[in-house]
Amino acid sequence: MKVKHSGASAFGPNPWQQTSWDWRAAGNFICGGAGTGLLLASALFGAAAPASLRQPDWLVFAGLALVGLGLLCVWLEIGRPLRALHVFLNPQTSWMTREAFVGLVLFPAGLAAMLGVSGWNWITAALAMVFLYCQSRMLPAARGIPAWRSALMSPLFLVTAWCEGLGIFLLFGLFLARTSNAAHWLFLAVLVLRLLIWYRYRRSVDESLAARARRALDLAGQRLLIMGTVMPLVLLAAGWLLGGAWQSLLSALAGACAAYAGANVKHTLVTRASFNQGFALARIPVRGVRTGP
Amino acid sequence: MTRWAMTADLRRCVGCQTCTAACKHTNATPPEVQWRRVLDMEFGEYPDVKRVFVPVGCQHCEDPPCMTVCPTTATKQRPDGIVTIDYDLCIGCSYCAVACPYQARYKTDKASFAYGAPLQSESKRRDDSRLSVATKCTFCVDRIDAGLAAGLKPGIDPAATPACVNSCIADALAFGDLEDPKSNVSQLLENNQSFRMHEELGTKPGFHYLWDKVDK
Repeated sequence: MKVKHSGASAFGPNPWQQTSWDWRAAGNFICGGAGTGLLLASALFGAAAPASLRQPDWLVFAGLALVGLGLLCVWLEIGRPLRALHVFLNPQTSWMTREAFVGLVLFPAGLAAMLGVSGWNWITAALAMVFLYCQSRMLPAARGIPAWRSALMSPLFLVTAWCEGLGIFLLFGLFLARTSNAAHWLFLAVLVLRLLIWYRYRRSVDESLAARARRALDLAGQRLLIMGTVMPLVLLAAGWLLGGAWQSLLSALAGACAAYAGANVKHTLVTRASFNQGFALARIPVRGVRTGP
Repeated sequence: MTRWAMTADLRRCVGCQTCTAACKHTNATPPEVQWRRVLDMEFGEYPDVKRVFVPVGCQHCEDPPCMTVCPTTATKQRPDGIVTIDYDLCIGCSYCAVACPYQARYKTDKASFAYGAPLQSESKRRDDSRLSVATKCTFCVDRIDAGLAAGLKPGIDPAATPACVNSCIADALAFGDLEDPKSNVSQLLENNQSFRMHEELGTKPGFHYLWDKVDK
């Protein structure tokens, strides 16, 4: 018997898009990823910044502000904002609780780093990576959305955050005396890595996706390829060729493109490709006289 | 030990939605919130078409993803398998709603009523603690607990049985203890072939669908 209903499941109504999480939830992943990525980039390459940017350290401030903005987005999303502190009650199993706990220590550590206390920029970067890891595990833990269930979701979020953070760091390069070549090379490497992981992730979920989720992911993938990878690479190459002030400007543009494409991927994953799998019947009831074996 | 579970006989369900109405009546859920739903599914193409009515709702999973993701411990699992929500702990983050593969959870931010202004009965049963938090089927846990306290047997005595099961006109829904081999649900599962929805996800639902008799 042919199945009338299409979709990932064998039988059942078509999947539909979840409406529980919107741009505010996406904002947490976008800003949190970019902020933690920037904190890492700041620890790795911030030493090249002029003293005017480092006392206090405005790169760290920007990273913390982004993380804070992401958490604010979540706070705006929850139904009972005055009970927000209840978020700390389930560290045993909930990645959301774990993220909140790490956030709790990330901000004081970041403040110390911002004020230039020696060594705290590295502690802040390490905490930022733990925060990011917790965040990257949140979507795969939600078993209701096929597009989120891939094991590659976590690596994708990690590397996307590094891209966004380095991208914003290069954007700050406009105000820095110079950005090191190492930052450019690392940026280039994570751009390529992000694209590779994206393609592997995309393949891993393809069979389980609803048609509209597939279209949304394909569009985001296109943007990731062109705007998030090819354009930044071309801009970086052009910057290296032209050198001088052009290099800072073109690197900043490359960074902005990469950050935008990463944000777009996350926004798509949370709000556009987040179709459930509908309902499925493994068997159709046998009524009346049975036919067949 | 006890493991409360429900069975739905897909051969018997006629899609009358009486269970949906009984659930709404018992639990005073607002419009558009249906803790017990009956889906009307159609399979095949003319002239070989089959129509199946499928009761759905919280599956009270053995490994509930809604519980593990919940950051507040508002979603809990009792030793008897029933998954509950503490409305006073829930912050309404909806993480559980996206984690549930059965679309069983609801969140309503504003009180709403069937005919605009609240009826007398709606005013009387209004419960603002259920606003802006996650809600779902409870297997009528209050009825079960009160029934057990009164020495009744859930699944057998109507006063201790979920409202949807009591109301089913076709005897398609049944409720009982899976750990008791003599219970109605254990007997039904022994004498019929069954499946659970989205079993591949490893949630081990406590809701079983019967689809054919067992060949003996």
